[in-house]
Amino acid sequence: MNSAMLIILLFLLFSLYLGIRAKRGKDMNMEQFAVGGRGFGTLFIFLLIAGEVYTTFTFLGGSGWAYSKGAPAYYVPAYIFLAYVLSYWLAPKVWRYAKDHNIISQPDFFASKYNSRVLGIIVAIVGSMALVPYIVIQFKGLGIIVGEASYGAIPPLAASIIGAVVVTTYVMVSGIHGSAWTALIKDFMILAIVIFLGIYIPFHYFGGIQPMFENVQAVKPELLTLSTEGLSPAWFISTVLLNALGFYLLPNSFVVVLSANGEKSIRKNSITLPLYTLLLLFVFFIGFAALLKIPGLEGADGDLSLLRLAIQTFDPWIIGLIGAAGLLTALVPASVMLMAASVGLTKSFYQVLVPQATEKQQLKVSKLFILLISFAALVLTITGGEALAMLNIMSYSLVTQLAPSLLFSLFNKNVVNKYGAGAGIIVSVLLVLFVTAKEIKISTFLPDVPHMINDISLGFIALIINVIVMLAVSFITRAFAVKSASLKEVENSILKREG
Amino acid sequence: MKSVKLLLFVPFIGLLGFIPAANRIEPYVFGLPFLLFYIVFWMVLSSILLTVIYKLDPENRRRDS
Repeated sequence: MNSAMLIILLFLLFSLYLGIRAKRGKDMNMEQFAVGGRGFGTLFIFLLIAGEVYTTFTFLGGSGWAYSKGAPAYYVPAYIFLAYVLSYWLAPKVWRYAKDHNIISQPDFFASKYNSRVLGIIVAIVGSMALVPYIVIQFKGLGIIVGEASYGAIPPLAASIIGAVVVTTYVMVSGIHGSAWTALIKDFMILAIVIFLGIYIPFHYFGGIQPMFENVQAVKPELLTLSTEGLSPAWFISTVLLNALGFYLLPNSFVVVLSANGEKSIRKNSITLPLYTLLLLFVFFIGFAALLKIPGLEGADGDLSLLRLAIQTFDPWIIGLIGAAGLLTALVPASVMLMAASVGLTKSFYQVLVPQATEKQQLKVSKLFILLISFAALVLTITGGEALAMLNIMSYSLVTQLAPSLLFSLFNKNVVNKYGAGAGIIVSVLLVLFVTAKEIKISTFLPDVPHMINDISLGFIALIINVIVMLAVSFITRAFAVKSASLKEVENSILKREG
Repeated sequence: MKSVKLLLFVPFIGLLGFIPAANRIEPYVFGLPFLLFYIVFWMVLSSILLTVIYKLDPENRRRDS
């Protein structure tokens, strides 16, 4: 056993311990389990929201994109900090309504706002469709990170399975409390590791950050700007807008908002969180450094750039710490995702099927869902497959389709009704699924369309169609309702006269 | 929406509205290629802007929330 492997195992056991211990002193009911009894203050909300952002993607994909694609990778911090800006207005409103109506899951929120259980089920399905691929990515990423960082001593598959077992165990025991406590050490670790690597590596190899970028400019200048076609400014703007809107619609981000202890702690967080996205800058530095130092990683292997460069640079014990940080970046988000998906499914499906279910039964069913989803995700991790990669590309495009009906429902007078909300979501989600499966672009229909328009992200176009359908259906069904209501009135008055 | 919250639009317009113009390598600022600097600049400015909004927002003066 090498020292790296030992360190990783120690951190794994420690997070399991923390995650289980988190339950102590809590009388577990649905509200405690799902949203921590709405008791998390500014610090824990910060850790949890930041925890949802810094996933294995930060470690692998962030540096991987910088390595293989360059500047388009900047879209990630851009949409995240704009999501935080938006959250200043959005999140407290969501929190207030959820608190006043005793809501602990996203499908419930929609069901209550639109007074429609069916809409709740639709939202639960869309949310789970977006979440499951994310969970799989965490398991997969965990396997890759631990595999590399243990110098191959732990096979990736074994690491994925062990990680999945650990996270499933502590989520089932402690619910979101387990996530909050493991988030504490995770954020500390990733902050320390990423800043250290992001500064040390450019200075060590190039004598500074600007010299490193000048080196990149000399070799591959096209990686430092957005390209004129494909990953162009039009792509960048539409994707950033889409993801910024969708960020809090991810069921796992949504549920963290609900777990806050007040509107103020949410607002305070929206101030500090944009600064926290600066962390991704350091990840990009590592990706760019790797591009110069270890060129030649093709395709998905670009995701290994950070780990490979680190292994080439540091002693095993530092690699162990990097591996441990990577492990935690998988566990924490995966735990909240598992919890959010399972509570959402319980609250929508199970409560429709068994309306008289007690709190205890709901809790049991939620835990059962966690086990099921975790198992399904693990199977998908092992079997992989095209469909999964596709779902992941679509995750944001799918989940953002919930945004319009949420936003409209937050205004005092909602012009959208349940039919409109449901129709808008279903039409746009089907459109995203179909178009992604068929790899259709706008130029398929309009070959002469300027690439500026062709590059606009598909989800964004679906979003516009969503809003149009939503408003049209709401308007028509309302007109219909008014008509049939007035018909009834006439009928009644006739009946009265006759009677 | 209260008027002070309209300031929340500023980062969206500031960042996304000028991306085509900011899409360049030079000049380097604080060691960063210009496009990256421009994004970082808005991250920091957003945080400052949110602090101002937070201070001005009457809703934060209520004690219960």
